[in-house]
Amino acid sequence: MAEYIQLSYFDIALASVFLLLNGVLSIWLRLGVARNLAFAATRMVVQLLLVGLLLKSLFAIQSPWLTLLVALFMAGFATREIWARQERRVKGWRGLAIGGTAMGASVGVVALVALTVLVQPEPWWAPRYALPLLGMIMGNAMTGVSLSLDTLHTALKREQRAIEAQLLLGADKWQAMRPFIRQAMRAGMMPSINAMAAIGVVSLPGMMTGQILSGVDPNEAVKYQLLVMFLITGATGLAVIFATLGSARALTDDRDRLRLDHLYTSKT
Amino acid sequence: MLEINALTRLHIGPVNLSLADGEVIAITGPSGSGKSVLLRAIADLDPNEGSLRTQSGARADMPAPDWRRKVAYLPAESGWWADGVGEHFKQPEAVDFASLDLPPEAMGWEVTRLSSGERQRLAFLRLLEHQPEVLLLDEPTAPLDTRNTALFEARLKRCIEMGASVILVTHDPDQTRRMANRHFVLEDGQLLEVAHG
Repeated sequence: MAEYIQLSYFDIALASVFLLLNGVLSIWLRLGVARNLAFAATRMVVQLLLVGLLLKSLFAIQSPWLTLLVALFMAGFATREIWARQERRVKGWRGLAIGGTAMGASVGVVALVALTVLVQPEPWWAPRYALPLLGMIMGNAMTGVSLSLDTLHTALKREQRAIEAQLLLGADKWQAMRPFIRQAMRAGMMPSINAMAAIGVVSLPGMMTGQILSGVDPNEAVKYQLLVMFLITGATGLAVIFATLGSARALTDDRDRLRLDHLYTSKT
Repeated sequence: MLEINALTRLHIGPVNLSLADGEVIAITGPSGSGKSVLLRAIADLDPNEGSLRTQSGARADMPAPDWRRKVAYLPAESGWWADGVGEHFKQPEAVDFASLDLPPEAMGWEVTRLSSGERQRLAFLRLLEHQPEVLLLDEPTAPLDTRNTALFEARLKRCIEMGASVILVTHDPDQTRRMANRHFVLEDGQLLEVAHG
């Protein structure tokens, strides 16, 4: 870590000059994004400063229960986000529960294995390792699940006639929904698959870049990145499969009917 | 044979109805009176109450897909899930296209290029592949011209001669006269038999 260069707040303020330049150009060219830009930038500064403070104190306190509490808070927020990103949602508590459970269980299991078997920090739940790892895995699983559920619900609604035509010819609900389940799972997995394919050539992942900037040997940084990518893709895949099957089940019944009355469209 | 006991769905019912082998009943009624709702409920495509049976057994005793193969519903607008016509048939080579004035090449057609009349005739042939015991037909000849309507009715008569029971929703009084043994009107969720002199 000898090569680590510490940044001063002055450096950061200076870096924001380019953003200010954007704002000036936006006003001058009447692009109408200056207000959004300013709001988002301010929000980012406040959120990150707070998170920095929070993490610093969490690392200092070293309490397993507090770490668990933060993890649960993250999971709750991600669950709500999955729900909010769907244009059509399953009605009632299941609308939250299906995505949340699939995401939470997959991320939970993968992160537990990663901490207790692979990385093995001391103690295994050390927030310095557990929270960033959980955050990266959860963020990707959340995006995957919300994409797949949104795709599934839109497809089932749009293709109602085609699905019911198959049911009427004696197909069971899984046969009738198969192309749309597959489509939904692909939509959820694609960002992770594409990220793996482009990594290192088109994009240098943020975590690896960060480690290299803070003085870690590139080979070591690569190892960490590979580990994280496997965990991310694995957890996202599991979460997407469980969520899609769960939602498909909620939108049909045991008499092999398509139950679009269990679906509603959000008003946005 | 089809026996319907106390079938209810939304504002429809309780409906009691019994059809013998080879019997055809026509159901008429204003748009929105729930004729399609009734047919969907008989096919168990929507949640509903009531006990139904054919000679093969009671609906409650068999999986829904089995029931729908025996009690086959032809909706007013057919659904297609693949690009090619042939992919919608189990045994394309065994289908009697000529009976509905379609060439054998129809198997290779693209679904998106079908006319509404072609769709309807192909959907009917597709439905007959399972040799259903009961046919639920929702305005089956609405998209067909006079000639194709006659061919459709002739094909349907062959099914009836083989013992199929038919519930025919139609707006055409002549078709009712030609095809139906009994005639019902669906009004306020109840089936009322119409006496013909």
